[in-house]
Amino acid sequence: MQSAIIQFPGLNRDHEMSLALQHITGRIPYRIWPTETVIPNVDVIVIPGGFSYGDYLRCGAIAARQPVMRVVHEKAQNGVMVLGICNGFQILLEAGLLEGVLLSNASLKFVCREVKLEVLNTDTAFSCNYRKRQIIRCPVAHHNGNYFAEAETLKRLEKNGQVIFRYAQGYNPNGSVHDIAGIVNAKRNVLGMMPHPENFMEEAHGGTDGRALFTSVLRYARKELFI
Amino acid sequence: MEARVIVTLKGGIFDPQGEAIAGALGDLGFYDVQSIRQGKVFDIVLEKGEHEKVQEQLEAMCEKLLANAVVENYQINLLS
Repeated sequence: MQSAIIQFPGLNRDHEMSLALQHITGRIPYRIWPTETVIPNVDVIVIPGGFSYGDYLRCGAIAARQPVMRVVHEKAQNGVMVLGICNGFQILLEAGLLEGVLLSNASLKFVCREVKLEVLNTDTAFSCNYRKRQIIRCPVAHHNGNYFAEAETLKRLEKNGQVIFRYAQGYNPNGSVHDIAGIVNAKRNVLGMMPHPENFMEEAHGGTDGRALFTSVLRYARKELFI
Repeated sequence: MEARVIVTLKGGIFDPQGEAIAGALGDLGFYDVQSIRQGKVFDIVLEKGEHEKVQEQLEAMCEKLLANAVVENYQINLLS
């Protein structure tokens, strides 16, 4: 499986993401600069966390309008998996690949801690190696993770099984509506989430619950290749 | 040509920054403050052009970048 990381200036979780992808796929991900208009053939495109363009204007707003995002859009339409973590999630929302918006945390504080998530839908390329209703541990680190969408949109997301991760009861760190931590698009090949599975890959990280997300992607990519 | 664009949060969207500022003003003795909603102001200098075209351009800027239509409204004021 081959992957690509979009390297927006100001991101700071790209190295961990690269290590996580290498760990699972055995291959070094491509690094793609935002002015690029070509992305090589890959199974998954990843936008890691950080503070792209200093979070100016709105988190992810400037990154979402860079030339490379047109290519990400096209690739997503053609079925390539796209994963956005933290700032990557904010960028995917600003780019219109996912629906909704991420506002300031209700507490107005930067939260950096471990939370528990419930896996709601395992019928996606990103979650097929988890069990339905499984409670997993995962770190969060953000200031703008307060997910919001209009009532109609929320209803549709819930009904279509597009809410993949929810903060477990008592663990919502930011005030997100419906405790939403991660959603996919209608085609289920684009996932955005605030928590950091790439930081929970090895025992030394304090937990390994993030691995199944990456092995899910690998499993899905292999199936696609061999069928 | 100069324009001022004001971007505000739509009604009903929780604004923790506005609330924190209102609280801080209360601490300073401004007890009459009932609520605050925080927004953004953009002062934009443009090439001279027809009023209508400039207005159109500014609207496009708001739609494409300056405001997020999910949670924000915008208001355009042409100053000169």
